[in-house]
Amino acid sequence: MKFERVAITDRAIEIVRQLKEKHGDLIFHQSGGCCDGSAPMIFEEGDMYLDDSDILLGQLEGVNYYMNQDQFEYWKHTHLTVDITEGRGSSFSLEIPLGLRFIIHSRLLTDKENEILN
Amino acid sequence: MAYSKPNFKEKYGNFINGKFVAPINGQYFENTSPIDNSLIAKYPRSQKEDVELAVDAANAAKEAWGNTSVVERATLLNKVADIIEENLEELALVETCDNGKPIRETLAADVPLAVDHWRYFAAVIRAEEGSATEIDANTVSLIIKEPLGVIGQIIPWNFPLLMLSWKLPPALAAGNCVVLKPAEQTPSSATLLMEKIADVFPPGVVNVIHGFGPEAGKPLASSPKIDKVAFTGETTTGQLIMQYASKNLNPVSMELGGKSPNIFFNSVMDEDDAFLDKAIEGAVLFAFNQGEVCTCPSRILVQEDIYDKFMERVIARTEAIVQDDPYDVKTMVGAQASNDQQEKILSYIKIGKEEGAKVLIGGASCKLSGDLANGYYIQPTILEGHNNMRIFQEEIFGPVVCVTKFKDEAEAIEIANDTLYGLGAGVWTRDAHQLYQIPRAIKAGRVWVNCYHVYPAHAPFGGYKKSGFGRENHLMMMNHYRQTKNMLISYDKNKLGFF
Repeated sequence: MKFERVAITDRAIEIVRQLKEKHGDLIFHQSGGCCDGSAPMIFEEGDMYLDDSDILLGQLEGVNYYMNQDQFEYWKHTHLTVDITEGRGSSFSLEIPLGLRFIIHSRLLTDKENEILN
Repeated sequence: MAYSKPNFKEKYGNFINGKFVAPINGQYFENTSPIDNSLIAKYPRSQKEDVELAVDAANAAKEAWGNTSVVERATLLNKVADIIEENLEELALVETCDNGKPIRETLAADVPLAVDHWRYFAAVIRAEEGSATEIDANTVSLIIKEPLGVIGQIIPWNFPLLMLSWKLPPALAAGNCVVLKPAEQTPSSATLLMEKIADVFPPGVVNVIHGFGPEAGKPLASSPKIDKVAFTGETTTGQLIMQYASKNLNPVSMELGGKSPNIFFNSVMDEDDAFLDKAIEGAVLFAFNQGEVCTCPSRILVQEDIYDKFMERVIARTEAIVQDDPYDVKTMVGAQASNDQQEKILSYIKIGKEEGAKVLIGGASCKLSGDLANGYYIQPTILEGHNNMRIFQEEIFGPVVCVTKFKDEAEAIEIANDTLYGLGAGVWTRDAHQLYQIPRAIKAGRVWVNCYHVYPAHAPFGGYKKSGFGRENHLMMMNHYRQTKNMLISYDKNKLGFF
């Protein structure tokens, strides 16, 4: 059995594929803070400077999913599922011109998942 | 009394070089009202080329504008304040329609506060002075402040006109030209204001462009032809903007939100008086502006010996909140700004419950009738839990507050500071020592003491930690929009003697 921190819904995969076709390689970065924060953002690979303080949570449809280390400390007991919904964010995330927003659904990790992942 | 949806044109343009212009590629996006999901109007879906036009217009205007006298600039800023005041009701109505917030708030808070910020910076530049220092008998150092040139400003959707009025006046007062991009969820009040003040400033001094973040915001933030970026928003975009600015070695200022603690010590319940009533309201202010405030007091910390009695009063006050048609002056809580925000808030309530938080009131979306059934409403919600839960650590940006207990001062400070952010905090007590010592121990840029959610111009506002940097609403913001020119003058007739 495979244990993962992040997953993605089928309809979100479709949008990721669409964006990859247009923009090439991509990354997800989990934002925090105000307004459009607390949401996953998707960027062209290389656009955002990443270093050891960005934790790689997993890969979704070939797209790495990162979160900043100190935010991760408060999130690591939860599992995230990336989904897509109608909406209009105001960040630089690439799906916004489509009238769509990636969002996350969270659940607690099971005891077994916690043991393996943390 | 109830207002109704205001009238709009079919579509609007960008405001560039003193005129409204259509986007170059002719593309527009539809802007809807979160009150009932109805169409408001179409706004330009600007691209890099439109941003270039605005940046070029600002660059062409900067020399002349930077050399205007402070009298002239102050007069024009005051003129804008007068125009906003004369059109208060119209601007309030448009703001309510675009953002979903109740008309009671836009009439009493958003628009009057906007007026205040324009007047404050008009006054500041008439009163402040540079400095001169005699370094020795023959050497004088003169400090003259000079404008940076062209400023890019990217503002959020939670207080569209007010955030514009936090950003534009200090930049303009300091002698800069500006290209401002409102959030794509709320382009209306900035556009209406530009219509009203189109002739106030020389062409190119103020430019407003609309569009999406990746298409218009990014080219603005990364333009090599601007001299600074000011941003209010969230952390990932903040980091990106700082990266882009680093390529141009440009300064930035950032306001990135928080998870503000609102701390109630046991002495607040020593008397059942006006102050206790004020403190209860202070706790319920989490629902102000639907919780869509970067300083939302989203963590209530209550001393354990008054916890039950105090929370009983807070829940009763929350129950009394009127959530209904935002156009009705009786309504206290309106619509969330968009569908995705509503979904995000609901997903937080869900994970909160999974983590073991107890719902004390609310905990679901709010179904209103008629056209409002299509809008995005969330019931004011109080969740009881502990500070390690994600709902205590992340900005939910909804009318959702998390409450927990503390034993003593040390524990209150520990919980208050156990967060990535440091924007706002509230401290409520009748104890004279706590009034000073607790705020000093909290790592946040603004600590409200026996009050909350008060935003007068003349009180500096900005964050510690991951909440950003820069201090708005105060004359010190002017220095974030200026260079320091030092003239080091020698009155000595004799040479140094080296050569």
